Amino acid sequence: MSTTEIAARAGAVSVQDVRKFYQRDSMQIKVLDGLSLEVPEGEFLALMGPSGSGKTTLLNLIAGIDRATSGRVVVAGTYLGSLSEGELAKWRSRNVGFIFQFYNLIPVLNAVENVELPLLLTSLSGRERRERALTALRIVGLADRSKHYPRQLSGGQEQRVAIARAIVTDPKVLVADEPTGDLDSQSAEEILDLIQTFNRDFGKTIIMVTHDPRAAARAHTQRHLEKGVLTA
Amino acid sequence: MALPLSYNVRNLRQRWKVTLLAIFGIGLVVAVFVTLLSMESGFRIALRSTGSPLNGIVTQRGSMSELTSWMNIADADVFMVDPRVARDSNGKAMASCEVVILANRPRKSDNQPANITFRGVTPMAFKVRNNLKVVEGRSFTPGLYEVIVGERIADRVQGLDVGSVLNVQKKDWKVVGLFVAEGGSFESEIWGDYDAMAPAIRRNGGCESVTVRLQDPGTLAAFDKDLRANPRVQLQMDSEPKYYENLAGPTAAALLGLAAFVAVVMGIGAVFGAMNTMYAIVSQRTREIGTLRALGFSRFSILFSFVLESVLLALIGGALGCLAAFTMNGYTAGTGNTNSFSELAFAFKLTPALLIFGMVFAVVMGFVGGMLPAFRAASMPITRALREA
Repeated sequence: MSTTEIAARAGAVSVQDVRKFYQRDSMQIKVLDGLSLEVPEGEFLALMGPSGSGKTTLLNLIAGIDRATSGRVVVAGTYLGSLSEGELAKWRSRNVGFIFQFYNLIPVLNAVENVELPLLLTSLSGRERRERALTALRIVGLADRSKHYPRQLSGGQEQRVAIARAIVTDPKVLVADEPTGDLDSQSAEEILDLIQTFNRDFGKTIIMVTHDPRAAARAHTQRHLEKGVLTA
Repeated sequence: MALPLSYNVRNLRQRWKVTLLAIFGIGLVVAVFVTLLSMESGFRIALRSTGSPLNGIVTQRGSMSELTSWMNIADADVFMVDPRVARDSNGKAMASCEVVILANRPRKSDNQPANITFRGVTPMAFKVRNNLKVVEGRSFTPGLYEVIVGERIADRVQGLDVGSVLNVQKKDWKVVGLFVAEGGSFESEIWGDYDAMAPAIRRNGGCESVTVRLQDPGTLAAFDKDLRANPRVQLQMDSEPKYYENLAGPTAAALLGLAAFVAVVMGIGAVFGAMNTMYAIVSQRTREIGTLRALGFSRFSILFSFVLESVLLALIGGALGCLAAFTMNGYTAGTGNTNSFSELAFAFKLTPALLIFGMVFAVVMGFVGGMLPAFRAASMPITRALREA
């Protein structure tokens, strides 16, 4: 299958010859150096590598929260470089689900309200939003915690709520940045089970950055980055 | 779609300590500002509600107030016979010839002397000014050294209660009653009989002013023009309410200026206070902002949300400030009138317009104070915001 064919299919990711530089004072810091990567639809990819290797930067480019200095990033059939700031925000809300290391739940909103947040950007009615959010919580096994605030939940439960928030809009791609990095081993296993389920049963394309070899072992494919270049 | 309002309300509630500080700052500014304006408004109203729009007041041409005016009875007769002056049921011209001096009495609050207008009136004065009402005691008896005192000045100045005796121009005047005049400046005066008072204060044979009831108030301008054109007399006519309102001019302007000055100085402080609070809120919620942006919320919805939060905070502060100012509503104060040199007692008057003005001022402070921090929140790169602890 060619690069273009892959990119044209929903859920697929194509990164072609991408460079990313950061300017710090007068210094230009090279983070990604001509990197290319193809991720087919329904793939579960683990990105590994030492700190500062560019894993999170690559993930951010794929998720559309950062822009490449040069090169092309095509996700779910959309060339992200062609989108304006506002278009990119809209695109993210429809195509990408985020799972963060520290869950990033809004502390003043309860579980169901947190899950409902991305749905505020859709045209769904209040009732439909609430129903979908509750369904997502049910899928992650937290229907009985819907009224709990983040401070009333364990780390594992918080991450489950975050996963429910990531899947509630039914995005094509899920990006996870160290999703088990802040969890004990049992909670980590549960979260990885859940992520694996979304890949296996719901066909989500998952790109996960991790330092943990046990987490990476759950993925179909493992790629290693070093100094902004894929080494394996 | 914007973030829900409950998100802002809960955020304010969760950070209640820092929120309270900002609310207190804005509330204080609004309270002081609205109180000052209500003082100015009360002062203006006291003078505006003095006098009837049906009346004209005749004084010596060129005089700024009754105190610097004088006319002989013969001069007064010139216009009293004019058909434009209304007649009572007995056919008498409804015109009140009055004499005025200032009496000096100590204030109750600080024992400092206050000038009080001491006015000698004819019985016609009560027909021309029919809003006067004796609320305690009785009216003075013509020919006797008796006076009635405006209720507001009796509250502020020593020795003006019913039954008291005050010595003015070497005569003892007995206070026989208290009167009200719909909050007008007459409530800051002492009234006695013209025939008793004029000789006692050496103002025989004339008046400082004559207040006339006009058949048609629309004729006032022409009447004034005729008086000014008459070579036999040196007189002028003003509408009675306008005359008293003009007396307020410099003092009211000074009060308004003070209110504006205080509002600007304190307002700048409050804006910085609100801004500081919002900056603190933004820095505490940097990762939250990054998350919201990553989820797809636009820069504008973040900007709007933070400005809204700041405005919400200011609205609470504004409401509390207005409530605090409300406690001063009706409070009686007094000031020297720069034109009449007399003490004018007035009540702070908090009008709905002033409350709205106070709230608008609060919203402006909240908006300005929230705009820069909100802009910072909205323009932050998502990746940087997500890295923040």
